[in-house]
Parts: sequence; structure tokens; C-alpha cells
Amino acid sequence: MSDAPILKISGLEAKVTDEDLMILRGLDLEIGKGEVHAIMGPNGSGKSTLAKVLAGHPGYAVTGGKVTFCGKDLLEFEVDERSLAGLFLAFQYPVDIPGVSIANFLRTAVQAHQPEGEEIDIFDFSDILTERMELLEMDVSFAERHVNDGFSGGEKKRNEILQMAMLHPKLAVMDETDSGLDIDALKIVSSGVNTLTEEDPEMSILLITHYQRLLDYIKPDHVHVMVDGRIVRSGGPEIALALEAEGYKDWRTADSVANGV
Amino acid sequence: MPQNDTVQDLGLDEYKYDFVADTKPVFRAEKGLTEEVVRQISAHKEEPEWMLEYRLKAFEVYNSKPMPKWGGDLDSLEAVLDEIYFYVRPQEQMERSWDDVPDEIKETFEKLGIPEAERKVLAGVGAQYESEMVYHSLREEWAAQGVIFDSIEDGLKNHPELFREHFGTIIPMRDNKFAAMNAAVWSGGSFVYVPKGVSLDTPLQAYFRVNQERMGQFERTLIIIEEGAQAHYIEGCTAPVYSTESFHSGVIEIVVKKNARFRYTTIQNWSNNMYNLVTQRSIVHEGATMEWLDGNLGSKLTMKYPSCYLVGEGAHGEIMSIAYSGDGQHQDTGGKVVHMAPYTTSSITSKSISKGNGRSTYRGLCKVHKGAHHARSNVECDALLINDTSRTDTYPYIEIEEDDAHVGHEASVSKIGEEQLFYLESRGIAKDEAMAMIVRGFIEPIAKQLPLEYAVELNRLIEMEMEGSVG
Repeated sequence: MSDAPILKISGLEAKVTDEDLMILRGLDLEIGKGEVHAIMGPNGSGKSTLAKVLAGHPGYAVTGGKVTFCGKDLLEFEVDERSLAGLFLAFQYPVDIPGVSIANFLRTAVQAHQPEGEEIDIFDFSDILTERMELLEMDVSFAERHVNDGFSGGEKKRNEILQMAMLHPKLAVMDETDSGLDIDALKIVSSGVNTLTEEDPEMSILLITHYQRLLDYIKPDHVHVMVDGRIVRSGGPEIALALEAEGYKDWRTADSVANGV
Repeated sequence: MPQNDTVQDLGLDEYKYDFVADTKPVFRAEKGLTEEVVRQISAHKEEPEWMLEYRLKAFEVYNSKPMPKWGGDLDSLEAVLDEIYFYVRPQEQMERSWDDVPDEIKETFEKLGIPEAERKVLAGVGAQYESEMVYHSLREEWAAQGVIFDSIEDGLKNHPELFREHFGTIIPMRDNKFAAMNAAVWSGGSFVYVPKGVSLDTPLQAYFRVNQERMGQFERTLIIIEEGAQAHYIEGCTAPVYSTESFHSGVIEIVVKKNARFRYTTIQNWSNNMYNLVTQRSIVHEGATMEWLDGNLGSKLTMKYPSCYLVGEGAHGEIMSIAYSGDGQHQDTGGKVVHMAPYTTSSITSKSISKGNGRSTYRGLCKVHKGAHHARSNVECDALLINDTSRTDTYPYIEIEEDDAHVGHEASVSKIGEEQLFYLESRGIAKDEAMAMIVRGFIEPIAKQLPLEYAVELNRLIEMEMEGSVG
């Protein structure tokens, strides 16, 4: 790995904005170009908080540490600027936007990603959207539905992947993308992600998950275990399998933290 | 995250209809409302005696009625009315050819896109400037089929019997103080008649412009849709921004006869110093459908409740409204549906957006009279608040005298959610645009019913209003 890491997090501390509750307590993580990382951890370990803090959610305040994304200080960026810089967050709970069609939403988002003064051609956009939907085995009528409004759990997650496919991020953070999916939906969503990584081998992925089963479908290069707002162990895919067998309880003690990393 | 960006004011200077034409009226009555003014208006219009008497009677009724104590704040209105010019005659006669309209007036309407609208194959176009219609035209093919689309004055002059049969019967002068005022000083407005079985496939459009400072506009519109006929009428209203208040009080009377179908669309975008107090009512006969599509975006205070009196079996009334209230604005709007015959159906859908210290009120009545069995009505009103300082209220009045009636009412109030904004922003969409997108989505069910150019204009306006609206 001669390239500089695409994401470098050091000593990151964050809390809920309006409370004193510390959630991230000195987290370190490095992701290189084209790498697939997975963060696993028990409920309440701060995994989803990490995802939201990276995307700039106003409900969290960073109280210490640094995050460098493509060599720039990510924490200085507004939420939309992070997206424009190439960061994508696939939401655990995608939000409904009633009355706004997916086509309209995506066109606005794709337009925002164009260089200043460049207008996307509406017909080109439409062709690209159709092509991306076919790639993800989605019916084209999906584009006319209102964003996440009345969607099933599986549809919401596929919609997240579609957005990712349209925006071509450098790093996609996927927050519990497997939660609430049955096995068929999980296969569809994972194959969508795999298609995108094959298409763009430079794209990096950070999978955040509670369960090993997602990693059967999207193979990580590195697996990290997160407990109490810190990464306590990092290694290869074998860690995930060990976790599956042993559960998280051994990682909760201070000793195991000392053993880790 | 900057949490404290100052909420910019609405930026009245951004109101794109804020320009004044240098036109010299041919006649302007003294300011304030007096019997002399009423007589002058009637004389200028060379009206028959009965109309002068009608006006004078209405003037008495107006004086005898107290200011309404409900709705918006009318406390300072009386003082405003003393300073208002009730009648301003911009030119000697109404023109049939656009070329004959005086240049300054023509220029005003061209800036507003009126001749452009006409080129887009409307069935007919009318334009009112100050107190009078300055232009009216109807496509030859419709005139040949007996359609009438004229100024209200020419309706009275050229079709006296038809006019007198309906004028003031749908909204009597005693209905409310402002209906009485309009009956006394009405000037301008449209007279529309669509004969039996004729279907206009493109809309008729009327445009209302107030140019002068301290001007009062009192248009009167009478629309008669005969059996089985179909039509769509659109009105748009604008005025420049003055530091003093202006006043608009229209009366719209509509009869929709058996199995006919009519839609009345209003996009009111008065400047934010306009009092806009309008009475709009329709009588809907057996098997007929009446639809009001009402957009209230401008004005200081609007009080307007389009209504449908469903008098024939199976009549259907529909009221869809969008209200936007920015800083210093109060939209007190809604609708009335009155079921007076069996198997009548109605629905009211109201969406309001309040921003800054703006206030939106939904005020509606659903009444089912004894004997209107199997009546069904559904009312849905949704309010969206942009800031913590904006306000919304809902006053749904329901009166049911028939056991066998189904009346539903749903109301919701929502705030633009932090999570919605975060979601859109996380896709690279700037905050203002994200905000506008959420608002556009909120009104989409009604906006999609609008003619395209109005929908585009509405979207543009929302975008403009949402700029700098979030901290």
C-alpha cells in the first residue's frame, strides 16, 4: 500500500450534541484506497455514531481527535461538502421525503456533484439512471416513487445502493445495511455492492455490522472490533468468524482491550 | 455545523413583480368610500338605473355591518380604507386587440407574461389594470360556439337578462361586509358563459394587476356553466410593493349546472402589503363537479374560503388549497362545503407552509343539511412549519343534520425534520435546496394539479423563499 490512506481517523472523540454522553472515546482507524473494512461490535459500542460523525450529523459533536479524508480535514466540512468530497453514508434508517421522486432527488444530488457551472443533461441523466437501475436489478418504475415513502425495508436499502451507484463515492460507509433484511434482500443488496466495487476497484468500503452474515456476501479485507467507543482489535476476516463463535462478551473487559489492537 | 445562521428576512426586494409603470389614469375618484364615489363609478360605466340602486343599497348594507371580529387582524383596516382610492380608470375603453392597449400597460403585462400565456393557446385572455379590464379576447372558435368571455361591464351591457338572472344571487350583498363593499364599488372582473354541452379544452385566463399606490381593486366575476359543459378558468394577481397598504376585495359567483364540470384556479401573489379579502362561491347542480384550486402566496392578510353549495343530487365539490405565509403575512384560508342534496360528495385538501413569523390558519366548514342523505365529505389539512417562530391554527367547523352522512377530518402539523435535511445534505445537496425540496414535496399533491407554468412559478417562488431560511 504505497498510497496514502483515503481515511485516517486518530483519537476521535465525540458526544451527543445536547448531552454530556461520550460515545466515541479515542478511536483510530485507517482505510486505504480500494479496501473493504468491516467494523463489528455489540449494540451501544458506538458503531452507528461513528458513521454519523463521519457524515457530519448535527446531533453529535466532535470533542477531540482528527479525521483526514483524501488528505483533507473532514471535520471542517459541512454535510453536503463531505458528500461532494466523495464520502457516502448508506443509512441504517433511510428517511422518507414525501412528494419528492427518486428521479428528482437523484438528479438534484448528481447535479450538486457537477463542477461549478456545469449542467447535467436531463436525457443523459435519465439514461444513466436507467442503466444503474438495471445494474442493480431494479424496475425502472422505482424512479417515480417518492423517496423511501411507504418502502419496505429491502426497498429502502436498495435505494441506498442506487444512490451510491449514482454518486460514485470514494468511500462508502454502510451503516448496518444488513439490518432488517431477509436473506433474499440481503443477497440482492450485497450483490449490488459487489457489482459497484468490481466496477470501481478504487472505491473503499466501510461496513458497519452487528452480525457476521453480511460478511459472507461482502468479503472484507480487514475486520475491526469496536467496544465502548474504541477499536479494540483489528485483523483479517478470521476475527469475524471468531466473533460469530464466541460472541462479544470477551471483548467487554478492560483486559481484552489491552490485548487488542 | 453553524446552528445560528441568521434567518434572513423574506427580502421583499426579491419579489419579482415589484415594478411600477408610469401610467396616468383618465379618471381617479377621491380617496375613501363615499356615496359620491359609488355614483361616480356607476356613471362612468353608464349603468342602468337598477344597478345604481343596487350599488347604493349595498353601500348602506356595508355601512351597517361591523368589521368582522374573527379571522385576521382587521383593526387598522378602517384607517387604511380611508386612504384607499376605490376607483381608478386607467383608459377610456377596453381593447380587443393587444396592439391597442396603451404601451405602459402593455409593457406591464408583457413583463408578467400575459401575451406569452395567450400564445400558449389559451381559449381566452383577460387583463385588468387598476379598476378596469383593459383587454379581453376569446378565440374565434369558442365565440362561434356561443361562449362568452368578457369584462363584467360588457356582460351587463350586452347580456342584460342573463346577467341580471344570476348577478348577486349566489353571493347576496348581505352575505358579509366585504361582499357588500364589493357590491357597492365593483369594477372589472370577468363575465363567462359556456353554453350547454360545450367543452373548452384549454383554460380561460384572467390577470389582475394593481399598479397605483393605495389602490383598491374590487373585481366582480360571474361565471355560468350550462348543462354538460366543461371549462377551466385561471386568475393570477400581482402588485408592486409600496410602503402603504393596498386593498383587494373580489366577489366570484359561479353556477355549475347539471352534469357540468368547472375548475377555478387562483394563484394570488399580491405584494406583502395587500389586504386580500375575497368571497368565492359556487352553486353546484345535479351530477355536476366544481373544483377550486386556490394558491395564496402573497398579501399581508388573506381571508378567503372558496365554497361549494351542493344543491343537486350527486353533485361534487372539491377544494384544494396551498397557502404560504412568510414574515408579516397571515393566510387565513380554507373552504366551505355545504351538502343540500342526497349523494353529494366533497373534499377539502389544504396545505400550508409558515416561515419566519408567518401565520397560516385553516378555517373550514362542512355542513350536511337534513335530507342530504348519503353525503360524504373528507377534509384533510396539513401544516408545515419552517421555524420555531412560525404559527399555524386549524378551525374545522362541522355541522351535520343527517344521520346517514360520512364526514372525515384529518389534520397534521409537521416541522421540517433535522433527519430529513441531514439525509438530503448527505447526498451533496445544499441546505437551502434541501429545504426547498422538502417543501416542494409537501405541496406536490396539489402543485401537480396546477397548469405547468404556474407549477414552475410556484417552485421558483418556494426556492427563493427558502434561501437563507435555515440556521
